[in-house]
Amino acid sequence: MAGLIEVIDGGLGNAIQDAGRFGHRHQGLAVSGYLDRPLADCANALAGNPPATACIEMRGLGPTLAVRCGPLRVALTGNVVATVLRASGSSQTLPAWQSATLEEHDSLKIGPVTGGTAYLAVSGGCVVPRQLGSRSTYQRAGIGGIDGHALQNGDRIPCAQLGKRDYRETRGEAFSHGDGPIRVLLGPQLGHFTDEAIETFLSNPYAATAEQDRMGLRLAGPALAHTGPAAADIVSDGVTPGAIQVPANGLPIILLADCQTVGGYPKIATVISADLPRLAHCAPGNTLRFHAVDLATARHALDELRQRWTNWARDLQTFLPPGSLDEAALYGGNLISGMVDAYGFLRGAPIDFPWECR
Amino acid sequence: MSDSPLLLPLGDSAWTVEFGDRIDPALHARVMGLNSVINAARDAGDLAGITDLVPTFRSLTVHYDPQLVDAEQLGTHLLQFAKTSGRSTSDGRRWLLPVCCDAEMAPDLERLAEAKRMAPETVIARLAAATFRVYMIGFMPGFPYMGGLPAELAMPRLASPRKTVPARSLAVTGEMCAVYPWESPGGWNLLGRTPVALFDAADEAAPALLESGDQVRWRIVDRAEYDHLEGELAGGRLGRADFLVAKEAAWPA
Repeated sequence: MAGLIEVIDGGLGNAIQDAGRFGHRHQGLAVSGYLDRPLADCANALAGNPPATACIEMRGLGPTLAVRCGPLRVALTGNVVATVLRASGSSQTLPAWQSATLEEHDSLKIGPVTGGTAYLAVSGGCVVPRQLGSRSTYQRAGIGGIDGHALQNGDRIPCAQLGKRDYRETRGEAFSHGDGPIRVLLGPQLGHFTDEAIETFLSNPYAATAEQDRMGLRLAGPALAHTGPAAADIVSDGVTPGAIQVPANGLPIILLADCQTVGGYPKIATVISADLPRLAHCAPGNTLRFHAVDLATARHALDELRQRWTNWARDLQTFLPPGSLDEAALYGGNLISGMVDAYGFLRGAPIDFPWECR
Repeated sequence: MSDSPLLLPLGDSAWTVEFGDRIDPALHARVMGLNSVINAARDAGDLAGITDLVPTFRSLTVHYDPQLVDAEQLGTHLLQFAKTSGRSTSDGRRWLLPVCCDAEMAPDLERLAEAKRMAPETVIARLAAATFRVYMIGFMPGFPYMGGLPAELAMPRLASPRKTVPARSLAVTGEMCAVYPWESPGGWNLLGRTPVALFDAADEAAPALLESGDQVRWRIVDRAEYDHLEGELAGGRLGRADFLVAKEAAWPA
């Protein structure tokens, strides 16, 4: 049955994302989608959703949400904490990396996100209409999400109610990205840079600046010299998230999920897919180092990331939250049945419109 | 024109096949030739895992899913295709789009005319006599980069870009012409406005009006006709297809 969330306070920098909008880049449409796909899928798994389900990406001050049709299951991942305000008047802290069940009239007040990007998944996902194949919010064109905008007070987000009463929640370890250098494939415009510039790029730390959003991240550090003034511009060609553009001032800009589809600055290198999610967590002042790899290494790194995520999901545990001890649940349920049951409620829960309760 | 294509890695999820480094209709014809060969292969069920094909002035970027695709193997195929695909022989669709060049919609017309020592009417007449070719869509959704502006109208960008360019403004810089699909900042010279939307997210099959390879000519309309057309478009009595010129037909004079 349909669940429904109402946004009481939109917070700042929060929008619905899924795995992205592919097949429209030749029409000038950004891919959009999660900045950190593994982290989003952690939230999805904890809430009982399959990977790539639409959830709320949070980049600033988290929203406050009220459950209009429930019960729902929710889970946070990333550097963020929320408070559950129960309809009864009591409140509890909800840390990241574990699910919680919200009843009708409960609300969830999510705090500030520190250090980059966090996710909130809700049971059944954010079932806003797909636009051009995706639910991802792309604010520049006003598409996806809720009317193409960031969460605002009064927005209503359809999701799915829990199909059957299950007091067990799911928790997991914090999934962490590696902290080595950011791996890149050099090019495509390597020839526009001096040998010294390439050496400088690969051997010096660069600091993330406050000039960053979902389109890109400006870095500060030693300027990278082009082979000449004319080499600082190119006749525009294709770009992609992770591409590192270097305009005439020599300071790199790493493109992110909402980046344009073409660009007129030469690109010294492109971040590999496995390390792209780490760019979602570059607070101003954080330093990055770059390390050049080949395609085979990039492929291996991606396989390794998938394997780490699969291991993480395999190790999820169910538990009975304090205060929910109920004899029927205690004796009737298998407390270590893990993901099978966590996913189970989705099977019997078709998402039906309109969004009224029951 | 014997540039041999280069295969450039754009990370581990895209290849750029580059035919040259300049704006040149002959290069673009090769880009579109490769574009149609790859699209035909995809339609035939080959080349699974390619997610996007992005033609530009001088290159084709092929985006793929790195988990599904052997990147090296795809690169080899692309380079083979590029060497043999030849030039596109298709002229693309032909559009005759209305544009109003009245002063309030063409804030840079007088300045451009003065700089070129022409009467504004002459600038407009040259604009209307030119046939533009869409090289690529980029910068923002539906934004067409069109070549074909007569050299005598070439102007650099504004020294300081406008904070707000009205949606559907016709803009020129160098020998390029474009239309801003959305209200946005912009530094090109504004010579008019069209009532036709350049991007419509509700059109799932083709949200962007124009695509790479299309040809465009401008039909000058006065403010009254502009307003009329805008109303007809808003009311659904006119649609995009009404601005297409049949392949076999001559461009209207």
